[in-house]
Amino acid sequence: MKVGVVTFPGSNGDYDSFAAVKHVMHEPVEFLWHKSADLAGSDLIILPGGFAYGDYLRAGAIARFSPIMESVIRFAKSGGLVIGFCNGFQVLTECGLLPGALVRNSGLRFRGEFIHIKVENADTNFTNACHPNDVLKVPIAHGEGNYYNFNGDVKKLEDDNLVVFRYCDVEGRVTKESNPNGSINNIAGIINREGNVMGMMPHPERAVEKIIGSDDGLKVFESVRAALSNRIHQTTAGRI
Amino acid sequence: MSKSGQKAVVYVRLKEGVLDPQGLTIQKALSQMGYKEFTSVRTGRFFELDINSNGSDIDQRINEVCAKLLANPVIESYRVERVK
Repeated sequence: MKVGVVTFPGSNGDYDSFAAVKHVMHEPVEFLWHKSADLAGSDLIILPGGFAYGDYLRAGAIARFSPIMESVIRFAKSGGLVIGFCNGFQVLTECGLLPGALVRNSGLRFRGEFIHIKVENADTNFTNACHPNDVLKVPIAHGEGNYYNFNGDVKKLEDDNLVVFRYCDVEGRVTKESNPNGSINNIAGIINREGNVMGMMPHPERAVEKIIGSDDGLKVFESVRAALSNRIHQTTAGRI
Repeated sequence: MSKSGQKAVVYVRLKEGVLDPQGLTIQKALSQMGYKEFTSVRTGRFFELDINSNGSDIDQRINEVCAKLLANPVIESYRVERVK
């Protein structure tokens, strides 16, 4: 697994993602500067948390037009694996790789705390190391994480099993109280129809060692590693 | 004849039905201040664009930047006013 972590001006989760991959997963990882168009041969691209371009206009709105994003969009459209954490999720919705939008938290406050999410779909490139209904403890840190989409489109997401994570309580109950930002139906993370692009507001990359509060986030990285090695295996098998 | 010196003002607002927590909070504050007749507040923003162009496609280009960047069509609508 070779990972590229995009750095926009204003990213602050890029080092967290980098450290999770390098020091915990022990896999090769590189920073990708926003002005470059070179993905450095990565087979997973991470769009990190932060406030890309100061979140001016709307979160993610300016970042989507950076040179690196043209390459990321091409990479995603050709099947490459892309994850957006937090601000990265906002960039993915702004550039249309994922449907919907992230709007101001319903309580208007920035929320920075550990919360729980329930794995709704464990059969993806990003969650195959989980079981359905697993509860993960991961932090959030956002002011605009309120997932919004039209009713019909939310139903389509749910009918097609594209909702990957929902906010829940410690027991896995999806309740109003466990929803930190007002997201429709407690949606915390979604995946595209092709299954290669996922966005989520919580930060699994900040929950990779018990000493920092939780290592549940590692499941996401382990899932991608398994998916990629499976892919390579299939490709090799296909060639033979 | 040069057409530079033109302006456009773009108003962007959240679509009907999209929660506007800022507007709600402002409305509550107004109500607490005694201005109870203002039963709803919706916020938005506007952009002033100075234009230097002789092109006949300028209206189309203004609409392009609105749809591509100034507004997010998923949650927002926009209105353009041309200023002489």
